[in-house]
Amino acid sequence: MVPLSWYMMLSIAVFVIGVFGFLSRRNIIIVFMSIELMLNAVNINLISLSHYLQDMRGQILAFFVIAVAAAEAAIGLAIVIALFRNKATAHVDEVKEMQG
Amino acid sequence: MKLYLLIPFLPLTAFVINILLGKEVLRDKAHWPSILAVVGSFFITITSVLPQAMAGKVINEDLYTWMVSGTFNVTVGFLIDPLTAVMLVVVTTCASLIHIYAVGYMHGDKGYYRFFAYMSLFTFCMLMLVMGNNFMQLYFGWEGVGLCSYFLIGYYFNKKSAADAGKKAFIVNRFGDFGFGIGVFMIFLTFGTLHYAPVFANAAGITGQTVNFLGWNVDLPTLIALLLFCGAVGKSAQVPLHVWLPDAMEGPTPVSALIHAATMVTAGVFMVARCNPIFNLSEIAMNTVAIVGATTSLFTATIAITQNDIKRIIAYSTCSHLGLMFLACGVGAYAAGIFHLYTHAFFKALLFLAAGSVIHAVHTNDIQEMGGLKKYMPITYAVFVIAALSAGGVPGFSGFFSKDEIIWSAYASHSSVGKLVWLMGTAVAFFTPFYTFRLIFLTFHGKYRGGHPEEHGHSAHGSSHGSHQGEHHIHESPKVMTIPLILLAVGAVAAGWVGIPPILGGGAHFAEFLKPVVGHPEFHGTHAEEWGVMGLSTIIALSGIGLAAFFYLRKTDLPEKIAKQFSGIYNILYHKYYIDELYHYTIVKPTLWVADKVIVAITDARIIEGIVNGVPGAIGKFSGNLRKVQTGLAQHYGILMAAGAFFIIALVLLLR
Amino acid sequence: MIQQLFFAYFAFVIVVLSLLVITRKNPVHSVLWMLLLFFHIASLYLLLNAEFMAAIQVIVYAGGILVLFLFAVFILNIREELRINKFIGAWPTGLTFAVGLLVVIIMSIKSFIAAPPGIYSIDLIKQETHTKALGKLLYTEFLYPFEVTSLILLVAIIGAIVLAKRRLKS
Repeated sequence: MVPLSWYMMLSIAVFVIGVFGFLSRRNIIIVFMSIELMLNAVNINLISLSHYLQDMRGQILAFFVIAVAAAEAAIGLAIVIALFRNKATAHVDEVKEMQG
Repeated sequence: MKLYLLIPFLPLTAFVINILLGKEVLRDKAHWPSILAVVGSFFITITSVLPQAMAGKVINEDLYTWMVSGTFNVTVGFLIDPLTAVMLVVVTTCASLIHIYAVGYMHGDKGYYRFFAYMSLFTFCMLMLVMGNNFMQLYFGWEGVGLCSYFLIGYYFNKKSAADAGKKAFIVNRFGDFGFGIGVFMIFLTFGTLHYAPVFANAAGITGQTVNFLGWNVDLPTLIALLLFCGAVGKSAQVPLHVWLPDAMEGPTPVSALIHAATMVTAGVFMVARCNPIFNLSEIAMNTVAIVGATTSLFTATIAITQNDIKRIIAYSTCSHLGLMFLACGVGAYAAGIFHLYTHAFFKALLFLAAGSVIHAVHTNDIQEMGGLKKYMPITYAVFVIAALSAGGVPGFSGFFSKDEIIWSAYASHSSVGKLVWLMGTAVAFFTPFYTFRLIFLTFHGKYRGGHPEEHGHSAHGSSHGSHQGEHHIHESPKVMTIPLILLAVGAVAAGWVGIPPILGGGAHFAEFLKPVVGHPEFHGTHAEEWGVMGLSTIIALSGIGLAAFFYLRKTDLPEKIAKQFSGIYNILYHKYYIDELYHYTIVKPTLWVADKVIVAITDARIIEGIVNGVPGAIGKFSGNLRKVQTGLAQHYGILMAAGAFFIIALVLLLR
Repeated sequence: MIQQLFFAYFAFVIVVLSLLVITRKNPVHSVLWMLLLFFHIASLYLLLNAEFMAAIQVIVYAGGILVLFLFAVFILNIREELRINKFIGAWPTGLTFAVGLLVVIIMSIKSFIAAPPGIYSIDLIKQETHTKALGKLLYTEFLYPFEVTSLILLVAIIGAIVLAKRRLKS
């Protein structure tokens, strides 16, 4: 039997890798993929908890996370296309409209 | 299939359709969803709910858990008992007819869809209010109708007086609703639930308990009842919070008829009747209700005598009748109060709609500029007279039976203030027909006193022919308006026949029907006394009509002379006892003064501006440095977020 | 023992693949590594007796979302991507805080307190089948959130169309 904490550590590792990708990559598509990584990390955690606590609600939540991730990917990539059309770039550090 | 659920949710659907599609798609057909919905609700009420209630079947069920927090459990649930059934009949009947009438009245208006959307929303909220089985839903409906009332009073929002009136109604109602809200909290604190059934079942158990309120030990039932009554005072425009209702007449007339006569303002009476197990526990609260009701009734009836705005007169009359309903509740005759609510809805909606028909024709609200309209608007005239006879309590009309029942209940009840409020109620019985018939004689009889037609923007041609031109353009309203008027007139005559007292050979079916909910007060009085009370109020009512005829048909110069002679009293009445001025000087002015002198002059000018002007350099420098943080790069913000998360988690770990 | 071996394999591969995904210069490679990663995560779900979630993982993530990513990658100029630096200037700060987060979250695992186990024991799920048990719960207790989710997806579809639509006239 695999202990629950192993799954948690795996989930944390994947999550942190996602965080790092999100914070550091220049290409906006990879940034989005990092977000998907983080969501997957959370899903691993939820499903392992659901298994160990014998409660189906974790999987229901993971199910909703997947649905929201799909929506998020669709919107995000539409934004990428809009960005590319307007600024001809897919690099996050070239978009500084929010500069104060 | 829970058919009754359609009753509130049909209007809600119509609201959604209208608000989404009304402006672009439906435009001048925007009335269809609203009317179909409300007429559908009406038919369901008549065919399904009413027969069930008549058969003695009570529906009380929870449908949806709205919110749960510890022991606080609020559901969306419905209670349909005789009281609710009566309210449903009143609301759906009046709403249906008024919606149809509004098609003609609002025709061609810019915000046509908006009007019907809000009307539907209002109907939904009102139905939720009367159908709820717990205090939270009551409160939801209560605030919902208040909101819709605000929307609809300020319907002509580019007119300043209308926008102001909307705000006034909303703010004045805050005072009442504040008390009502606390009352609901107290109920939850005391009973641990907000559902009617357990609260009322356990109500008797709190007799004699006291609670510390603002430092005093007060009797618990009295406190709860009075706090609840606070809300009723605001919503039903009772003294001292009656000031918003006359101003609310800035809204379109169908709104006045539906919201400010037939339904919303009666919510207070409904609530008091619904909470009768709580009110019954406290004599102080009951007497307060009776006294406030009687005072309002007399007070506003006297104001109505001197007013010249056709809608305001009827608004004061509404206050007066609402006062009578509270009077009845206060002496324990809830059934009589609800009976009057039911008949009042018909004749008062009819009065308003007929007044709207007049306004539609002459384009003014001032009865001094009307006159002689009888020959141009025969249908309007006829229904107006019927409504006035009913309102004035002339035997045979519905108003008579309900009013007589109230006055008799006041006389015969055990209440310690019964005789006092009976006297006041009898006095009101004189004023009501007097001011209503004054209104009729000034509007429909005599000569047309209106000004030039072009002033009213009514005549497109022949504008140079002087004052008589305006008269020729006055015409009867279209059929879509007169047919609802005629139907309501039937109601104004016949609605009261369901409650003819035994002494006149009737069965008092209405009171019997409501008995399971509100009980039946014990009267002590002989048949002779009952005949006497009835005869007295009838004679008084007829003399009121006679005096009005004498003043405004025979000796038309007499009222002016009397006004001159007693200018002191006249002025007090004309200025509505200076209540608005009183509030202006005691509440509005000081508030504005504090805002102006203290907050603006001291806080703003000295403290805030002092600080602002004193340290601008420092702030400028600081923000100059700070803005470098705002790189505009999303990932820099992301790093800050990660840093924040890191520090918070680390802090929690360290502190543990 | 065999389970632990499987877990060790999957965990190792998942971490390595995640690192590969975020460090490849060529986005197409990243997407392909991610595909493999999703299959491994799905297998991990099988290990956790969640076969329906595993199926969804493959169908939605690998079949839907990644294809979307692949489409988006096509608009990029890959040659330029390969030429420039793949990280932004502040990447050491990002790495610092990411590692910091890793440490503090792993430390906080110690304080995890398990709730009392629910009714869905392995035997019950075996008896009722996983998909049926999940579906029953989803269409009864969680019907309302489920409907809300469908609305979110609808909004996403409309939003994506509006955002990506070429302006006809401006």
